[in-house]
Amino acid sequence: MSAASIAALAAELAAGRRSARELAEDALLRAERGAALNSFIRIDADGARAAANAVDAQRAAGAAPSQLSGIPFAHKDIFCTRGVATTCGSRMLRDFVPPYDAQVVERLASAGAVSIGKTNMDEFAMGSSNENSAYGAVANPWDTARVPGGSSGGSAAAVAAGIVPFATGTDTGGSIRQPAAFCGVTGLKPTYGRVSRHGMIAYASSLDCAGVLARSAADCAVVFDAIAGFDPRDATSVARPAEATLALLDQPLAGLRIGVAREYFGSGVQAGVGERVHAALAELERLGAVLVDISLANAHHAIAAYYVIAPAEASSNLARYDGVRYGHRTAQARSLDELYSLSRAEGFGSEVQRRILVGTYALSAGYYDAYYLRAQKVRRLIANDFAAAFAEVDLIAGPTAPTTAFRLGEKAGDALAMYAADVNTVAVNLAGLPAISVPAGLADGLPVGLQLIAPAFAEARMLNAAHQLQQATDWHLQEPAA
Amino acid sequence: MNARMKPAASAWQAVIGLEIHAQLSTASKLFSGASTAYGAEPNTQTALLDCAMPGTLPVPNREAVRKAIQFGLAIDATIAPQSVFARKNYFYPDLPKGYQISQYELPVVGAGRLRVRVDDGRVIEVEIQRAHLEEDAGKSVHDAFHAETGIDLNRAGTPLLEIVSAPVLHSAAEAVAYMRTVHTLVRWLGICDGNMQEGSFRCDCNVSVRRGSDAPLGTRTEIKNVNSFRFVEKAIEYEIERQIRALENGEAIVQETRLYDPARHQTRSMRSKESADDYRYFPDPDLPPLVIAAADIARERDALPELPQARRERYVAQLGLPEADADQLCADRATADYFEAVLAVLPGQAKLCANWVLGEVAASLNEAGIEIAAAPVSAAALAQLLARLREGSISGKIAKDVFAAMWAGEGSADAIIEARGLRQISDSGALAAAIAAVLAEHPSQVADYRGGNEKLLQFFVGQAMKRTRGQANPQQLNELLRRALAG
Repeated sequence: MSAASIAALAAELAAGRRSARELAEDALLRAERGAALNSFIRIDADGARAAANAVDAQRAAGAAPSQLSGIPFAHKDIFCTRGVATTCGSRMLRDFVPPYDAQVVERLASAGAVSIGKTNMDEFAMGSSNENSAYGAVANPWDTARVPGGSSGGSAAAVAAGIVPFATGTDTGGSIRQPAAFCGVTGLKPTYGRVSRHGMIAYASSLDCAGVLARSAADCAVVFDAIAGFDPRDATSVARPAEATLALLDQPLAGLRIGVAREYFGSGVQAGVGERVHAALAELERLGAVLVDISLANAHHAIAAYYVIAPAEASSNLARYDGVRYGHRTAQARSLDELYSLSRAEGFGSEVQRRILVGTYALSAGYYDAYYLRAQKVRRLIANDFAAAFAEVDLIAGPTAPTTAFRLGEKAGDALAMYAADVNTVAVNLAGLPAISVPAGLADGLPVGLQLIAPAFAEARMLNAAHQLQQATDWHLQEPAA
Repeated sequence: MNARMKPAASAWQAVIGLEIHAQLSTASKLFSGASTAYGAEPNTQTALLDCAMPGTLPVPNREAVRKAIQFGLAIDATIAPQSVFARKNYFYPDLPKGYQISQYELPVVGAGRLRVRVDDGRVIEVEIQRAHLEEDAGKSVHDAFHAETGIDLNRAGTPLLEIVSAPVLHSAAEAVAYMRTVHTLVRWLGICDGNMQEGSFRCDCNVSVRRGSDAPLGTRTEIKNVNSFRFVEKAIEYEIERQIRALENGEAIVQETRLYDPARHQTRSMRSKESADDYRYFPDPDLPPLVIAAADIARERDALPELPQARRERYVAQLGLPEADADQLCADRATADYFEAVLAVLPGQAKLCANWVLGEVAASLNEAGIEIAAAPVSAAALAQLLARLREGSISGKIAKDVFAAMWAGEGSADAIIEARGLRQISDSGALAAAIAAVLAEHPSQVADYRGGNEKLLQFFVGQAMKRTRGQANPQQLNELLRRALAG
């Protein structure tokens, strides 16, 4: 009884064979049965039932439903949900109940989608394995001894396990795409500015991007259309007319030029991963695409630049968690300084503390030019590389991650090894581009992701290619053994 | 005292720079929709952003940007086509985000200048290095709860324009004159209400001293948050003297933040909030660069009012007003506009109009403790009164009485003159009759006068005025009396 596609469920609802309430109950049941994965921080059964009932009532009253009305899903616990605790995977926000809804939450609610709860994640979205959650690690449904990837690990695991047909995620350095690859689902990171960040708890503001994880590119497109759009409450939101994403899905790929960046196939790439990605590229070629060998010369600087810029912004973004207004407050403080230092030491996990320290250092007088400013220059070079490449090609392809899902605990003690898991994804965030990870089959029984990167605002072209690939293959339909 | 042991204070030069914080008079905050109105119940004017709720984002208030542009144009500064909001990071309980959004490397207003008239009559040109937009912090409330500090975030996020002068001021008097000129300008432009009690206009003073104007700059201290002209003057005077005394005693000046204590007229070292603060400024990633189109600047330039400096010069050069009058009239725009509205009805009578605006009107406003905008006598009403005075229908003395009645709400000048029968007697027949009666009543004084005591003329004028209940045209009365006494 795993979740079907959004389109299939919408058809069931439209035909009156199923009600939104039934779909919600099914999803809640699956979540309960899949509790061992720890993919959810909170299940909101009451909220889900109320929302489903409302959708059913609207449908009964003859209201024209959107494609998402009545479809159950889950939100990453980074999106503020009015009246529903939003922890961001942190002890700091254990009891934080937002008084408002994020823009993404508003959009999906008004489309009639029914949230059944909040998914697990690395604390404040900092991590590539979901092991940094204050609410416990998440197991990969393909092999529960392995990580689901991160930081949107709970969302990826919940979709892969068939608990929900889609889940929201956020991607700062690969946090949607890498877990999508590890869990064998499709993960879309839109162009920076396409989806409002209003109500999305900040990690690194210039990189943070809301998106979606689903079973197919077509489902991602439906959700993308619902959440994309200008929001005056986010000054970095971009005012651009909506594109006919869905209408373009069925376009043939004849003549589509796909750049294959040689830097993405270096020595760090696991053999099975390379094979699967080449097989996917061959399939795209068979569909009419033209593969072009390209180079992204500064790709190997991306990790270093990312791990300066993101922590720098985080060190400032997370200063508000000071124990004064909301969130964890120490019981031990004897002075103002202790109120700050103890509340933060108790409330934040070690990876968050590490990044706050790194970021504070990078912004400090005397180091700013050498680190933050230099990283910004590298960022510009990386964006220039992409711009030059996109003068020649329509999309760029490569493996989403150099390896398949690693074992729980395998890299937990080695921050640098962990950071290397982001090697193919962070550059996209630095350049603000859209990218998608699509399943490319299994290597040693574990999913491999193909990453497609598009020029800014060319999500439709990218979704089209991903959809055509999925029309011709069944990799995205592969499921872990129950 | 031996001059060699204690060098004259004139050997020292004070070097002063001011950072003025002018609260921009916008309806809502710099980055949120919450109201900026003063005096509300604590924490009732706070949007989610002002409490730094997770997930909230700042959106710049275009009205605040417009006001910053207006200031920049008024000081002849370059308006940056692209300026950058930066975060100033520090922990403080009334700073909810843990950073203040300000502008650092690229401020919206670049270098400009302002001509300042100092009390001793000198005019100095003060270089302004920059003016930038920033948000105010909240307030810590120390007296509301026992042994605990309350936080009021109503003020958090209020838009400020920080106006930074170059260190080019050399005395407390120059600093105050500069501050007053800026105060006049921001009120004139309507970008700040200038209310210093409410903290809408306040200033940090950077003070150092050096031996003569060629010596390298001395170590400076910063006196924080001074909110009156007098306090600025006293604080700087004290600080200059303190520094000179310390240096003459062989002590070093410590670079520090000091607070002014108005009760003692002293500055004292503030518990330094981390004197070597590293604010880790960096561009705010939530806010794209603030782009200002040339067309927007041109539109603000076209809409800029005649500035106080220009108007003051016009009053002297074209209207022939004394500089002191021009200064006072241009101390605020409402007064100058009021004056011009009166003058419009009485062309060529600038001095008369100025006398009344700066005399009766100013005195009455002062007594009532109100602003000219709230004056019960409008410019048009005053103009009518002055017209009656000019044409000789009433005397100056009567005019003052009529003005008082107008102020008290008894009606227009004409109505009051009519109702009270105050029209001046210029009819020579009526005046002659009154004079004849006065002379008949006082034969001995008449004899004295005619005997050479011409001072008695004023006595007869007084008597005749009494008879006409003050309504006699004084010039005509003088003339007729002189003739009658001569006869």
